[in-house]
Amino acid sequence: MTMTRADYFAGLRNSAAVVVSASPFALLFGALAVKNGLSVGEAVLMSATLYAGASQMVGIELFGKQVAPWLIVFSIFAVNFRHVLYSASIGRHFGGMRFWQKAVSFFFLVDPQYAAAESRVERGLPITFAWFIGMGTGIFVCWVFGTWIGALFGGMITNPRALGVDFLLPIYFLGILLGFRTRSNFLPVVIAAALGSIVAFHLVGSPWHVSLGALFGIVVAVLLPPGDPAPVDAVVEPGR
Amino acid sequence: MSGSFLGLSTNVWVIIAAALVTYATRFGGHAVVSRFKTISPRVNAALNAVPAAVLTTLVAPAAVFAGTAEALAVAVALIAGLRLPLLGMFAVGWVAIIAFRAAGL
Repeated sequence: MTMTRADYFAGLRNSAAVVVSASPFALLFGALAVKNGLSVGEAVLMSATLYAGASQMVGIELFGKQVAPWLIVFSIFAVNFRHVLYSASIGRHFGGMRFWQKAVSFFFLVDPQYAAAESRVERGLPITFAWFIGMGTGIFVCWVFGTWIGALFGGMITNPRALGVDFLLPIYFLGILLGFRTRSNFLPVVIAAALGSIVAFHLVGSPWHVSLGALFGIVVAVLLPPGDPAPVDAVVEPGR
Repeated sequence: MSGSFLGLSTNVWVIIAAALVTYATRFGGHAVVSRFKTISPRVNAALNAVPAAVLTTLVAPAAVFAGTAEALAVAVALIAGLRLPLLGMFAVGWVAIIAFRAAGL
């Protein structure tokens, strides 16, 4: 029980940097959702049930235009398709969970949650249900609350650009990425995924660059001969 | 969008459907992989490459296409990240993006 509590609060602490980086996007989403014709309640419902930032932005963009409902749902599905990769990869470390705990955990599998979980695995720590929902509820509450505030006061938010908050998530993801640098085939995978995502971003556009670029890096990893597994203690505290 | 069904607006139905397909993507990958008793070395290599590959795609286009200040901030954060723990590099990166933007880059 004490162990579980400690894990929960460790997860909650791990969510702090994400809460700072994601809050502006939650506010922005709420504001844009109302501007595109959703009610405050619908905006909050969307954040609480989809809980997937990029796809929510795409969704409200389409709500604003007269697009067929099924096409909106399909577009959101396409944007979120990358979660299939996260799920397949991190699900391998959910072994200690009961079925319902896995089912709850997968709901919280957003990009930064996935990144922090993989970085925890990299440090040799177990992915417990308590840690996972500790981080998950930290981000979730901030996301839903931020949406509500953004939807209520959307018009009053001034440009967050000067404070740099709109660029914090890439910096956060870079930090997590560096935690994996001792993993075998790290550089070839990163170079392939970087080139793939840049080209895909240019030719196909966002958010397809995530799935396409990642696929490029994964194909390189499959084709390369397997390297030595990285020693866990060589990793420099990625998730802290 | 207008119209309603069973007392709920079309908007709400779209949101519910979108939430269900999103959850399906989050459970789906695991559901497929866990059907196999053993994971082949190639599939394992592929899954082990997922975090670095995905994280790279979330950083690289942002560094290349967002602007000069953003590209420089990523470079500074990269150097800091090779020496500092995550929160330290995060702070350095944050200061860098504010400074480069304030400098008008």
